[in-house]
Amino acid sequence: MNQPVNSADIHKAIVEQQAAQDRKKMMLNGVLLLLLLAAPFIIYPVFLMKILCFALFAVAFNLLFGFTGLLSFGHAAFLATGGYTTGYLLSNYSGLTTEVGIIAGTLTATALGVAFALLSIRRQGIYFAMVTLALAQLVFFFFVQSEFTHGEDGMHGIPRGELFGLINLEDNLNMYYFVLVVFIACYLLVQRIVSSPYGQILKAIKQNEPRAVSLGYNVDRYKVLAFVISAALAGLAGSMKSVVFQLASLNDAHWHMSGEVILMTLVGGMGTLLGPVVGATFVVNIEYQLSQGALRDWVDPILGGIFVLTVLAFRSGIVGELQKFVKKNLG
Amino acid sequence: MSMIFGVPLAVLSGQLLIGIINGAFYALLSLGLAVIFGLLKIINFAHGAMYMLGAMTTVLMFDYMGVNYWVALFLAPLVVGVFGVVIEYFLLRRIAGQDHIYSLLLTFGVALIIQGVLINWFGVSGLRYTMPDMFKGGVNLGFMFMPYYRAWVIVAALLVCFGTWFVIEKTKLGSYLRAGTEDSQLMQGFGINVPLLISLTYGFGVALAAFAGVLAAPIYSVTPVMGSSTLIVVFAVVVIGGMGSIGGAIITGILMGVIEGLTKTFYPPASSAVIFLVMVLVLMFRPSGLFGKEA
Repeated sequence: MNQPVNSADIHKAIVEQQAAQDRKKMMLNGVLLLLLLAAPFIIYPVFLMKILCFALFAVAFNLLFGFTGLLSFGHAAFLATGGYTTGYLLSNYSGLTTEVGIIAGTLTATALGVAFALLSIRRQGIYFAMVTLALAQLVFFFFVQSEFTHGEDGMHGIPRGELFGLINLEDNLNMYYFVLVVFIACYLLVQRIVSSPYGQILKAIKQNEPRAVSLGYNVDRYKVLAFVISAALAGLAGSMKSVVFQLASLNDAHWHMSGEVILMTLVGGMGTLLGPVVGATFVVNIEYQLSQGALRDWVDPILGGIFVLTVLAFRSGIVGELQKFVKKNLG
Repeated sequence: MSMIFGVPLAVLSGQLLIGIINGAFYALLSLGLAVIFGLLKIINFAHGAMYMLGAMTTVLMFDYMGVNYWVALFLAPLVVGVFGVVIEYFLLRRIAGQDHIYSLLLTFGVALIIQGVLINWFGVSGLRYTMPDMFKGGVNLGFMFMPYYRAWVIVAALLVCFGTWFVIEKTKLGSYLRAGTEDSQLMQGFGINVPLLISLTYGFGVALAAFAGVLAAPIYSVTPVMGSSTLIVVFAVVVIGGMGSIGGAIITGILMGVIEGLTKTFYPPASSAVIFLVMVLVLMFRPSGLFGKEA
């Protein structure tokens, strides 16, 4: 016999289910946070910071690639611009506190992002990738020929200095918690952006751009903004990386780096929030492990192989495949 | 000695010649990209690696088997072309229905593998390839000295470019190709073996790159990394010209080589950047490219 269905009950059930899911998520996030807080006592902090910087870089890239559907092949330019600017300022003006240097680096990368975005947005799809790659190469040539970057040698001995003039960042633990705070803030920012109405429009553009246009959205404006935010966060990642390692080099500006961040995002799971973080952790670890062993000369071909394998067999990446698995078996 | 804008005529024409030669390479490479793009709708990120493979094959075949230049001119593109067909058949075909971004990333991964493996085998320093005897020396044109080999590169590149244009625009096979570009499903319905056509097209496109590699072997230093930087320039050339027409790709290629050569004469520091700057200008004032129809 059919029970009369009360719509209020259904609503209540949905709300409860939602709350249960939220609780699960909160617990997961809490556990992750505890792990991150405890991590430097178990693992070498500089290595962790490297992962966090690349994770931020990949999160920034994913906002553009995973959520807006724009494949930039030039994100190395922002990483390097952030790094070089911060490195130059902190090395040459000893009065500056570290956060000023980092903010300046981020802003310079943001400005470059505006220029990139306005130019590359004029072409779509594959052309977009080629334009960003070519523009990044232009930036690379600029850094190669500029005096202040010290060319192939790179910029060494960038002082970490003191945060707000108070906290000594030469101490690895202080540095780690600073990087962690910045990383979490950026991660939450991206999470907020993605779930906001603006983020929904970005997803709409990714799924069906002509439809977004016909709904009356000024698609180009949304795309430019997404690009600029992504460039700013990538620049921030570069700035922090240069402070952590006290080094800014041409490696960061090379197209190879643009490829690496694509790989991180793809392997971790593009279009998921946690994916790029997992991907960055994975790639940094693999590179480290390989560089220690007999295969140290084979890093590039192996990365290329992972690229091919991921594209052929795991297009949703680690997190994406896990989500699918959970949905199928436990959901 | 006669001067033009404060530069000796011989220097200017020498740089122009180098520019035209570089342009011929850009033309050959962007032509291959355009052919592949036409039917497969993907940008072949492995194109630089294929160009490099062409040059490396030429050198290695000579060193280990004594294969001479003329044979290599046919054999190297054939070998690389077959390799391309294998890649298309085993890799690209598997993701044909997916977003084109994936095939682009796939070819990028393939390029990383090829380049990385060859760096391990041969290092990044250049391999030496001796020019065939008949090309040694040159002729004095009065205003400049023209090495025979450079003249040959220009002639050969133009012949191949024209040949490709002719095949695609004027022959039956070319009409299949163009029809496939428009609507490959319909063409399959007419009983044409489209998958085979796609394989061969990819093979032919990378064979063009390999041909450029053979031409490059005697004059550029042959290293595993020679392809990647060239490819990025070629991408800029493709953005400038648009991939809409075969003729457009050829003309833009040569034009950009000449502009690069002129910049090297008058303001050397900007020579490696000038093509990218032109690309920026084109994007600002003519976003669809000089010959392009699509945005």
